[in-house]
Order: sequence, then C-alpha cells, then structure tokens
Amino acid sequence: MTVASQVKQTLASLKGIHAGLQQLALASQDETAQRTFHEAMLSTEEIIAELKDRIGRLEFEEPQYHGK
Amino acid sequence: MPIWLETAIRSICILIGLFVITRILGKKQLSKLSFFEYIVGVTVGDIAGTMSVDLGISLQEGITSILIWSLFPVAVARLSLRNKKFRDFVEGNSTVFIKNGKILEENLKREKYTVDELLEQLRKKDVFRVADVEFAVLEPNGDLNVLLKREKQPLTVGDVFPNPPREKEPQTVIMDGMILDEPLATMGLGRGWLKEQLDKQGVAVENVFLAQVDSYGQLTVDLYDDKIQVAEPQEKKLLLAAMKKVQADFELYALQTDSQEAKVLYEKQAAKMTELIQKVEPLLRN
Repeated sequence: MTVASQVKQTLASLKGIHAGLQQLALASQDETAQRTFHEAMLSTEEIIAELKDRIGRLEFEEPQYHGK
Repeated sequence: MPIWLETAIRSICILIGLFVITRILGKKQLSKLSFFEYIVGVTVGDIAGTMSVDLGISLQEGITSILIWSLFPVAVARLSLRNKKFRDFVEGNSTVFIKNGKILEENLKREKYTVDELLEQLRKKDVFRVADVEFAVLEPNGDLNVLLKREKQPLTVGDVFPNPPREKEPQTVIMDGMILDEPLATMGLGRGWLKEQLDKQGVAVENVFLAQVDSYGQLTVDLYDDKIQVAEPQEKKLLLAAMKKVQADFELYALQTDSQEAKVLYEKQAAKMTELIQKVEPLLRN
C-alpha cells in the first residue's frame, strides 16, 4: 500500500468520525454535550481540510499512484 | 330495612367518603406524618369505623364529626403554607443534636433523648463513630439526619471527574410491543428513526417488551424472548476507537515521512486529535 492510499484511508475514517460526531450532536439532549460534540465536529472538519491538501500534494509527488 | 342492609349501605358510603377525603388530604400526609397528622388520621379512621357498625349514631352526627376532623388539617396546611411562624408552631422546629462534631447535651435533654437513643439513631444511618459526624439534627417528624465530616463522606462521581458529562432521564419508547409516540416526540425522534434502530439491532417491534432511549440517542431493548442476545449499543465506543486509530495513524505518518514540512503537519494533526479525544472521551466512555 502506498503512502497516499494509507493517508486516504485515514481521511475516510476521519469522515466517518465527523459523521458520528454530527449524529451525536443532533441526538444528544444535554446542551453542553451538544456543544462539545459540535465543536469536536468542527475540529475534525479542519483536520479533514488539511489532510485533503496533503493528499493533493502526495498525488502530485507520486503521480503513478494517482487516484488509487 | 334489615339491619345488615343498613350497615352495608353505611359502610360503602363511608368508604367512598373516606377515599375522597384521603385524595383531598394529598400525598404529603403519606411521606411526612407529623404527630398531629398521625392522630387526625387515626381518629378519622376510628370515627368512620364506629359509624359504619354502630347504628345508634346518627349519620348527621358522624358526618359532621368526620368533616371537621378531616377538613381542619387541610385548613392548617393551607395556613402554614402562607405563614412561617404558624408553620413553626404547627409542625415544630428541628433540634440540633451534634454541631461542629460536638454533642449538644442541653438539646438532648430538651427532647428527652438519651445517649443510647442517639447512638441507635446514628447507627440507623450507618454511623458507628460519633467522631465521624459533623452535624446531626432531629427533624420535627422524629427522624435524625446526619451530615458526615468531609473526609468520611462517600465518594461521588464529581470527586473523581471534575466535570462529569450530564445525563438526562431516559425515555421509554416501546412498552409491551407498542410504540409510545409522546416520549419519542419529547426526544425529537420519530417512528422512522425507531424502526431504523430496531432494524440495526435485528428485532421487530412486536418482540420488544421494553425499549428506552438515553440522552445520547442510544436505544436499549428488552425482548420477550430472554434467550435472544441483543447487542449493546456500540456506536460511541466505536467512534472513540476510530478517533484513537486516526490519532495513532498521524503519529505513524509523522515518523515515516521524509519531508520536514509533512512531518510538522502530521505532528500538529496528531496533537489536535489528542486534544479532541480528551474533550469527548468522557462523553463517549459509557
């Protein structure tokens, strides 16, 4: 497995975490819990954006693995 | 009219009357019976009993007496709701027995309490050493309430975790295989959501004896057939595990990469994930 595909896997897990946190933020009854989940969700969004950027660069560096 | 018939009619009428009166008197009477209320209760019962068997007493006399005996406490309760001084007079004051860890002998004497009785009452509260008690007070209804010294108090969640995640009451959404719409609506959920969750756990509504939703939207079910194993909700645990995995991934990438720029990025992201995990872990653990 190439570095790019590994990082892509991590990106996929991060997206799953993002969805899970969002679901919990919506389902929670307590306001503090809702806010915590929501904030956590926003931080994952940040990390996802950074990671996407990184993947773009990796693909540029390893064009032979592009899209795999 | 035969005597037995009159007795029967009287008894039934009085039973109904007493039922109504107890409803008016309310729940407070049940939980904290003052001596006065206790006597009133006994007397009303006695009058009712005598009235139903003793045909010599006319109904008028009996009913008047019962009404006075039962309405007077209601009036007293109303008045004492308004007036603190009146309340103290009617219900009595509490007496402090132990203060700052020291027994107040004067107060014991005033309430005619012997040391043995005090020790007995303390033991009822699982206190065997008087030295462990910071404060103890005899309530007007005769209960002794005890505040232990700080170091002798039982451990609470708040002592271990400074800010424990709050939890609201769970809602019961299925009873006897029937979906209860009102609690579902209280949680902001619908039948569609419930069906989806049940499908996930692989059970049909008809087989569910009881289902509850906790304050994080997790569904737990109890089935009629106790032989079937139902999986516990795993979503929160899985989410936490996934977060830890991603954090570990970032650390690994930071070690593996040759590019200095990428290393910095991955280390930063690993730190961010650690922070994130710390923030949500208490909420995801249970």
